[in-house]
Amino acid sequence: MPEQTGAAPPLLSIENLRVEFDGETGPIIGVKDVSFTVAPGETVCVVGESGSGKSVTSLSLLRLVEFGGGRIVSGRLWFRPDGDEAMDLAQMPADRMIDLRGDRIGMIFQEPMTALNPVFTIRRQLTDGLRRHRKLSATEADARALELLREVRLPEPEQRLKQYPHELSGGMRQRVVIAMAMACRPQLLIADEPTTALDVTIQAEILGLIKRLKREFGMAVLFITHDMAVVAQLADRVVVMRHGEKVEEGPVERIFTEPQAEYTKTLLASVPKLGEMRGKPGPEPLRIPGQPEPVAPRPPTESVADRPVLSVKGLTTRFPVKSGILRRVVANVHAVENVSFELAHGETLALVGESGCGKSTTARSILRLVNPTSGDVVMDGQEVLRLDPGALRRARRNMQMVFQDPFASLNPFMRLRKQVAEPMLNFDLARGSELQDRIAFLFDRVGLPRDFMRRFPHELSGGQRQRVAIARALSVNPKLIIADEAVSALDVSVQAQVLNLLMELQTEFGLSYLFISHDMAVVERVSHRVGVMYLGRIVEIGSRADIFENPRHSYTRTLLAGVPIADVTKRTLKESAEFKPLPSPVFPVGQERAAPVYDEVSPGHLVLQDD
Amino acid sequence: MRKLLSTKALIGLGLVLTVVAVAVLAPLFIAPERATQMVMTARLQPPSLDFLFGTDQLGRDLFARVMLGAQTSLTIAVLAVGMSIVLGLPLGIISGYYGGRVDNVLMRLIDALLSFPILLLALTISAILGPNLQNTIIAIGVAFTPFLARIVRGEALRIVQMPYVEAARAAGTRDWQMIVRHILPNIMPALIVQATISLAFAVLAEAALSFLGLGTQPPMASWGLMIQASRQFLDIAPWTALVPGAALAITILGLNLLGDVLRDVLDPRVR
Repeated sequence: MPEQTGAAPPLLSIENLRVEFDGETGPIIGVKDVSFTVAPGETVCVVGESGSGKSVTSLSLLRLVEFGGGRIVSGRLWFRPDGDEAMDLAQMPADRMIDLRGDRIGMIFQEPMTALNPVFTIRRQLTDGLRRHRKLSATEADARALELLREVRLPEPEQRLKQYPHELSGGMRQRVVIAMAMACRPQLLIADEPTTALDVTIQAEILGLIKRLKREFGMAVLFITHDMAVVAQLADRVVVMRHGEKVEEGPVERIFTEPQAEYTKTLLASVPKLGEMRGKPGPEPLRIPGQPEPVAPRPPTESVADRPVLSVKGLTTRFPVKSGILRRVVANVHAVENVSFELAHGETLALVGESGCGKSTTARSILRLVNPTSGDVVMDGQEVLRLDPGALRRARRNMQMVFQDPFASLNPFMRLRKQVAEPMLNFDLARGSELQDRIAFLFDRVGLPRDFMRRFPHELSGGQRQRVAIARALSVNPKLIIADEAVSALDVSVQAQVLNLLMELQTEFGLSYLFISHDMAVVERVSHRVGVMYLGRIVEIGSRADIFENPRHSYTRTLLAGVPIADVTKRTLKESAEFKPLPSPVFPVGQERAAPVYDEVSPGHLVLQDD
Repeated sequence: MRKLLSTKALIGLGLVLTVVAVAVLAPLFIAPERATQMVMTARLQPPSLDFLFGTDQLGRDLFARVMLGAQTSLTIAVLAVGMSIVLGLPLGIISGYYGGRVDNVLMRLIDALLSFPILLLALTISAILGPNLQNTIIAIGVAFTPFLARIVRGEALRIVQMPYVEAARAAGTRDWQMIVRHILPNIMPALIVQATISLAFAVLAEAALSFLGLGTQPPMASWGLMIQASRQFLDIAPWTALVPGAALAITILGLNLLGDVLRDVLDPRVR
C-alpha cells in the first residue's frame, strides 16, 4: 500500500451495493443503493426494521446471498485485510470466496439452535474450519478448539467438546457459534442479530463477550440488529437502513443525541427506554413523531382489594417427563409452581421473566389451554378450574388472548372478516347486519381500513395482523385480555403503535390486561403492577414503581441489570460478565417444593424468601 | 394476484380434459368388439395405417384397446382414490386432532395395515370379495387408506399446534367447528398432492391385480393389463408397452399439473 496520510484505509468499504431477488413479476430489490465503510477495529451497527435490507447487506459480503436466490447487480465490496491487497468481494470467484469465509471474515447467525449441525459434536464443528483453512493436524486443531472455548468463557470446555448441540443451552450454543467464527482470527466479524433469540441476561453476556473479543484481537465488527438499545450499548458508528437504502450514518453519540433523518427520530422515539418512567404514576403511551398525540390511560377503576376480576391462588402446572419402553413418568417439569396473584378491573399486571420461567404456561393455565395440576383460578366469580367443558367454553368469553406470533395466530385460509367474526358466531352474540356492523366497528377501532375485511392474513404486515388479532379478542367484549408476548415479534415503530393501541383500548373498554413479556422496558411502559417470574415462581410482585425503582429480590436486580438501555450515556456492558446457567425446572416424581413464603416489604410489594 | 390460468394450468387442464373426453366418448364411437377382436394373422404388428398404434400378441387393435381401456382405468383410479379419501380423511383428522389414546389405537391399526405390502393387501381383499370391477375398486381403495390417513394425521398434528387453533379454542370454537373451519382447509394442499400421486399408483395397482387375475378380466381392456401383457414382447414389439404407457404418462402428467394448480388456487397465500 502507498503511504497513507491521515486515517488508515477502511478494512471494508461497500460502494453503491445493489442486490436483487427474482420475483414472480420481475426483480425484487433487496438493497437499493448502500455505501458505508468499516475501519479496522471498529464496531459498526447496521440498524433497521424488517425488510430494510440490513441482513441482505451482510449476507452479500460473504456472497451468501446467492444461496438465497439473490444477485449482486452492481456495486463494489472492497475488503482490505491487513498485509494483503484490496479485493472486491463482489467480483471474487466462488472458490476464492470459500477460502475467505470463516478465515478472514467470520459470521455469527441469529438462531443458535439451527446454526449448529445437530449430528456433529462441538469438537467437530470447531475443528472443521481450522483444518480446512489453517491446515492444522487433528491434535493441533483439538488444542485450538479448547483454547477457543476458553476464550468465549464456556464453563467445563473439555466436556463441551464431546457434547452435541442439543445438550447445550441457547446461550452456550451461541458461545460455540462465536468460537467457530473466531477460530481463524478473522479481521472482520459479521454478526447478524446474534442475541435476538436470547434472554436478556444471556444477551448481556454475549454482547460483553463480543466487545471483549473485539478489543483483545483488534477485530472489526459489523453488527446487524433491529434493537436500538443494543446499538447504544455496542456501536462506534451507526448506519440506519430502511427499504434497502441508507437513511443516516454517523457516530453513535450523534445518532442518538442529534438524529438528522425523520425516520431515525421516529425509530428512537418508538423505543421504550428502561428507567424513563421513573416517578410517573401510571402507564404512559409513547409519543411518536408524525402520529397524533396519544391518550394516556386512566388509573384502574377499582383497586385489587375491592373485587378482583381475576384471582389466582396456588396455581401449579407440571408436565410429566416420560422415559423407557413403558413410558413411565420419571420426572416432572415444574413449569408453574404455586403462583398467586390478583388482577383488578382496568388494571395491567405484567408477568416478566426469561424463557422457560413459566410465564406463558401461567397464561395458558388460566385459560385452561393447558390443564393445571392444582390451584384456584377465579375469573369474575367463576371457578375456572372446576368448570365442565361446556361451562368452560362459555367462561372463555370473558377472557381472550392475543398471541406472540402474528403470522401463526391467524388461519391463512380464512378471510379476516371471518376470523374476527368467529368468536361472536361461537357465542351467538350477533347475526346478519348487526354482525357486519360490529366487525366494521372493530376494524375501525384497531385502526385497520375496512377493505381489509375481505383480505387474507398473508396480505398484511405483522403489525396489521396483530391488530386483527386484537380485534378478534375484543369482539366478544371480554373483561380480561391475556397478551402473551403480543408485541415481541413486531418492529419497534409498529410495536410502539400497538402498545399505544392496547393502552387506548384499555381506557375505552375498561379492560384488564395480563401482559406477558420478557421486555422490561416495554413492561415499564404499560403496566400498573409487575410480577417477576423465575423457575415457575413469582419471586417478586408489586407496583411498577416497587419493581423498577426498589427491586428487592436478587433475580429482579440481575434481570434489570441485564437490560440494554437505548441511551449512549448509559453504557453498562460488562466485558467480564459471569456465565450463569439457568437451573433445571425438572424434578423427580414426588418431590414437592416448599410453598413459597413472601416478605411484604411495603403494602402490595411481596418478595420471595429464598430457600 | 397471479393469472389464474397460467400455462401450467392450461396444459394440465388440456391433458386431463382430453383423457376424460376419451374415456367418456370412446365407447360411443368405437365398437367394443374392436378391442377384443383377435386377428391371428396380424399379431404384434407395428403401427400402420390399418392399426394406428399397432397390434398386440393376439392381434388386437391397440388403438381401440387404449381408447376403450381409458374408461376402465380412470374409473377404477378415481373411485379407488375417492374411497381412500372418504375412509382416510376422517380417520387421519380424528387421530391427529384428538391425539392421545384415540390416536394410539387408530394409528396402531393403520400401522398394522401398512406393514402388509400394499399389493398383498389389495390381493387379499380382492381374493376374498371375488374378482370384479367393483371389488377391485374396494381393494385398492382400502389398501391406499392407511397412507392417506397417515399423511392427513401428520398434517392435522402440525395444524393443531398452530397458535391460530389455540386462538380459536380460546375464542370458544367447538371441536367440529375447529375441524371444519381450521383443520380441513389447511390440510387441503397436502391432501391434493397425495391424491394426485395416488391416482397414478392406483392405475398401476389395478394393473398388478389384473396381472394376477384379480382385476379387470380379459378380454376387457385396461391400461394396466396392457402394460403387464406387453412385458414378454418388449424387445420385439416395444409399442405394445409404449402405447398404454404413454396414455398413463399423459394422464398422470395432466393430473399432477392440475393438482399443483388446484393447490395454488385453494391457497390464498400463493393465489
